[in-house]
Amino acid sequence: MSEAETMSTDAAIESSELKEEYASFVGRKVLFLLLSILGIAILAGIAATLGSAEITPVEVYSAILARLFPGRFEATDFVDTIVWQLRLHRVLMGIFAGMGLAVAGAAMQGILKNPLASPFTLGIASAASFGASLAIILGAGFVGGGYLIVGNAFIFTMLASVIVYGLARYKGITPETMILAGIAIMYLFSAMTSFLQYVGESEEVHEVVFWMMGSLGRSSWDKVAIIALITMTCTLILMAFSWDINALGAGDETAKSLGVNVEFVRVLCMMLASLITASIICFTGTIGFIGLVAPHITRMVVGGDHRFLLPASGLVGALILLAADTVARTVLSPVILPVGIMTAFLGVPFFIYLFLKRRKDYW
Amino acid sequence: MVKITIKDLCFSYGSRRILDELNFVVGDSEVLSLVGPNGSGKTTLIKCIDRILKPKGAILLNGGRDLASLSRQDVAKLIGYVPQSTSGVLTTTVFDTILIGRKPHMGWRVADEDIDKVIEIMKLLHVEEFALKDFSELSGGQKQRVLIARALCQEPEVLLLDEPTSNLDVKHQLEVMETVRSLVKKTRISAVMAIHDLNLAARYSDSLVMLKEGKVHAIGDPPSLLTRDNIRTIFGVEAVVMKDLDRPYVIPIKSLNGDAV
Repeated sequence: MSEAETMSTDAAIESSELKEEYASFVGRKVLFLLLSILGIAILAGIAATLGSAEITPVEVYSAILARLFPGRFEATDFVDTIVWQLRLHRVLMGIFAGMGLAVAGAAMQGILKNPLASPFTLGIASAASFGASLAIILGAGFVGGGYLIVGNAFIFTMLASVIVYGLARYKGITPETMILAGIAIMYLFSAMTSFLQYVGESEEVHEVVFWMMGSLGRSSWDKVAIIALITMTCTLILMAFSWDINALGAGDETAKSLGVNVEFVRVLCMMLASLITASIICFTGTIGFIGLVAPHITRMVVGGDHRFLLPASGLVGALILLAADTVARTVLSPVILPVGIMTAFLGVPFFIYLFLKRRKDYW
Repeated sequence: MVKITIKDLCFSYGSRRILDELNFVVGDSEVLSLVGPNGSGKTTLIKCIDRILKPKGAILLNGGRDLASLSRQDVAKLIGYVPQSTSGVLTTTVFDTILIGRKPHMGWRVADEDIDKVIEIMKLLHVEEFALKDFSELSGGQKQRVLIARALCQEPEVLLLDEPTSNLDVKHQLEVMETVRSLVKKTRISAVMAIHDLNLAARYSDSLVMLKEGKVHAIGDPPSLLTRDNIRTIFGVEAVVMKDLDRPYVIPIKSLNGDAV
């Protein structure tokens, strides 16, 4: 239909019709969020059921509910111990780590308007790997004792994001300068990690490689609490800036003309995304795939409005990481595969399927 | 009535002066076009008026408030900006693209009145047919109308358009210009546009500001400004100027360095 013909039929579309259509369009996104939450709840139950000690899903849910609502539900000490002391913190670590990495990726892609932006393509993960390598191979770091590796990974991650910010600020905070600065930092820290591996003993190098593959095996309740607190707080702040990130998607000049403080929003979101990433990968090691691809998968389904994209990406990230960890724990049991390998094995085919199936542009 | 007063406006990139002591006014419900060769400062001036760039001098609205004294959010409630390029917009629906224009007025939650405003403006610009289509699927002319709709959703008193007809075919150029003209009449806002096409400027503008090397060369209505002498001085082009429906019509003949145009 030509534009002139289209214009002649305009009167036929009533405002109420348009309103209903838009409400239904938004309703589908809300439904996706609710279904994702339901999916995570089901998958979490399945994940907590699978393992060397055989317990049923009903026992798992009873054990969870028995602690949440004492007196209303009952569980044996054995099941309670298996669920609460061995499995549930790992499941929750998977949920919050997947959520955080995906939200960080979605925020970075939004503020940098670049489909390849993620905590891992901007040097942040390379810096974490270097920090961990430094601790493992040279025993050097900022924090002593049992938190040497964790402290190093966290501090170097934040250091990398500050350097990226500093370099970009010198040239002007634009998506291009931030991405180029991030790529430069990524190569720098990768080279330094390689150098440490070159001079390290084979056992140390093996430990570094294992750390870099990522694992939820080091989970504990206190780590879950830290990751959950930081991820949820930063996600809520990022969501508060959803309209600003949406406006950035229309270009910096348009965003400014809409009242957005472009540099402030870009730097704030970058720092929040870095903080989320740092708090996760310092405990899990580098789990690289989720921050890049979970936002893409989600964008194909719910579109580019960050009010929905950010939380939905988080839920999709949680689903992917939880599923990947569950498969990694069970597929070659008793051998547990590194979850970083499994996220790509599971997520890439799904991503390619959606990518090929969707005919319209989504980016 | 004067809508905008540009007073002693200067802007420099480092030591390079781009705009030099500009003074002119934009009337109420007026379409004013900025014309001049490449590099004369048209786009820079549009960005200065919207405070995307921060110039020296004053930009007074309705003879009173200087835009420099207002917050970015408050400027966004008064001035709408339509960028030159329709590319680079992250893919989203037409409805959501226009809804972003409500940003200066709304909080996180989209209120009913915001939805109503979007629908009202979509109907005004005849884009409601594509409401839930992706922006990237539209034609150039449709995209331009959507971006104008986004700026109108800001409920501005002044609409700034940077080369609104570049990259459009003749039909879409006319459609966009007619849209701007009729919006100014219907909504009583003022429009300032940077434009290269002198014939479109002549046909759809109430007044012109001719810029050369960052300075105002002449100000006036199209018939008085689009003369052979002015075109020769500003563009370095020999042209024939004819009249069509009381509007000047410019036919460029050759550039003054000898090349045929």
